[in-house]
Amino acid sequence: MNIIVCVKQVPGTTEVKMNKETNTIIRDGVEAIINPFDEYAIEEGVRIKEMLGGSVTTLSMGIPTVADLLRETIAVGVDNAVLLTDRAFAGADTLATSYALATAIKNMEGYDLIVCGKQAIDGDTAQVGPSLAEKLGIPHTTNVRKIEEIKEGYIRCQRMTDDGYETIEMPLPAVITVVKEINEPRLPSIRGKLKAKKTEVKLLTAKDIGADENLCGLKGSPTQVIETFVPVHKIKAQMIEGTAKEQAKGLADALLSMKFAKRVD
Amino acid sequence: MNYFLTEEQEMIKDLAAQIADEKIAPVATEYDREGKFPHEIIKYLAQSDLCGVYIEQKYGGLGGGVFEMALVVEQLSRACGGIALAFAGTGLGTYPIILFGNEEQKRKYLPDIASGKHLAAFALTEHDAGSDAAGIRTTATLDGDEYVLNGTKQWITNGGEADVYTVVACTNKDKGARGFSAFIVEKDTPGFTYGKEEDKMGIRASCTRELIFNDCRIPKENLLSREGMGFIVAMKTLDRTRPGVAAQAVGIATGAFEAALKYSREREQFGQPISSFQAVQHMLADMAIQIEASRALVYQTCRFIDSGAKNISKESAMSKVIASDTAMKVTVDAVQVMGGYGYMREYPVEKMMRDAKITQIYEGTNQIQRNVIAQELIKEAAKKK
Repeated sequence: MNIIVCVKQVPGTTEVKMNKETNTIIRDGVEAIINPFDEYAIEEGVRIKEMLGGSVTTLSMGIPTVADLLRETIAVGVDNAVLLTDRAFAGADTLATSYALATAIKNMEGYDLIVCGKQAIDGDTAQVGPSLAEKLGIPHTTNVRKIEEIKEGYIRCQRMTDDGYETIEMPLPAVITVVKEINEPRLPSIRGKLKAKKTEVKLLTAKDIGADENLCGLKGSPTQVIETFVPVHKIKAQMIEGTAKEQAKGLADALLSMKFAKRVD
Repeated sequence: MNYFLTEEQEMIKDLAAQIADEKIAPVATEYDREGKFPHEIIKYLAQSDLCGVYIEQKYGGLGGGVFEMALVVEQLSRACGGIALAFAGTGLGTYPIILFGNEEQKRKYLPDIASGKHLAAFALTEHDAGSDAAGIRTTATLDGDEYVLNGTKQWITNGGEADVYTVVACTNKDKGARGFSAFIVEKDTPGFTYGKEEDKMGIRASCTRELIFNDCRIPKENLLSREGMGFIVAMKTLDRTRPGVAAQAVGIATGAFEAALKYSREREQFGQPISSFQAVQHMLADMAIQIEASRALVYQTCRFIDSGAKNISKESAMSKVIASDTAMKVTVDAVQVMGGYGYMREYPVEKMMRDAKITQIYEGTNQIQRNVIAQELIKEAAKKK
């Protein structure tokens, strides 16, 4: 079973600084990490490979230094790493990103399963996984918390929902996006790290994958970010005082007056 | 300080540090309180290939030596000296096989230890045989193709948890220390049971138990080296594992120092952080000086041993003495810097202070180490004449 895991580099901090002009994230001087949800995707890919054989390839799009992060994935059991890196890819929204990834994947030798994290912790859109599946014309399931069965041409998995889970069957190839409940990512091993050191990350440009540059990067991105800001939470608190009974009555009255509750006599 | 580690040694150190920070530190208090054995942590070490850092590659290890073992022990001990001991105690139990095992014994036992599937333990100490190891009463009598073991070993680290035990027993009473022999005993051998688990002051996440041999029959192939070599096996082993105890001490001291330094910058009294007071600054400086000096001697001793040097007893003893005395002093001072908070179980340094004490006692008390050092010094001086 050949598995592709899509990986995104994200800032390793919650205090993201934005470039006011382009409304993109300033990545300079901030430690870069692999999107934490993608770590679960990598682990799941490696587990499936260990069970069924085959290979795992990590795929990312980004600046050349992302290659260092991709090399780290080799240390936890990934076989190959591919990085799409080109000025033409810069400033991509989720549409342009999934176009580039899909175009690269179409060029890759046979694959059975694509695994993504459920979303990236910087953009939080959760769009690239499903969008990628649409561009490749294959089925997808988001928020997978468990793979019940996987074999040649078939997968049955549990999709986490707000109040439980759904069991979904799909033919392969397909895309799944995974949640953190699915596994516990392993630590790297020394042998893995030694292998990672020797592994070349394959670098591909827009030309290499035959992508239409008008559909890549900023040019290919219909999404315009007008403004980004950290929301300010202003919570107005009203303290209800008195005895327990008075407080209960005060709370009930407040809820009634705000129409959060209905009087039942 | 840059100790010019090789790239692989850096990797080993970093990975051990990652396990210490991410997997051990969050649970160290709980393991200490409950005296829980760290099976979970061993799994992480195994996954990361760290269990076999000091074992030859052809037996499934990474091919390092005493230095690599010490680097792992130090990092793990920064988070918990007790948890680190499951690994270090296995090293102590394994070195007799590495040093004196024949090809067959190595092939049989080392791969499972290197992979982390098996833990090991070393059994020398008895009720009447502590600093005076010649007081061993446990006997091994050859009967056909088997040795029959009888006796009780005391305070055995990893006792009951290990799968492989190297046991020193007496095969000839008339010869004193020259009548001892070393054997490999597997867990679950009939006649081999465990006594009470000790309730210790510190290193509470490690398991310390009695080993009881009652007509325990083991194949004679399990003899390490030759009959009569038991004392040599034990001494040569301890020479190589003492830097491991020293590394444990450096790790504990570093953990306590880091906690004290962090606290001193956060804690405010008289309107300023206590790190701005010279009284505190000098304590922190002294702690750092002693730790760095200890680490330097421990690392250099490890390199000296791994270079294949023959006479290593003095250096090995020196590294253990300075590091363990430092750990005791630094942890006491860390508690002092943190004041009342340092004394509370809510903070990690009182545990480190309890953990540090054992490093001055086991694998040869520091008094015995000083005897060894002095004897070597006098021997060397006599040779020069």
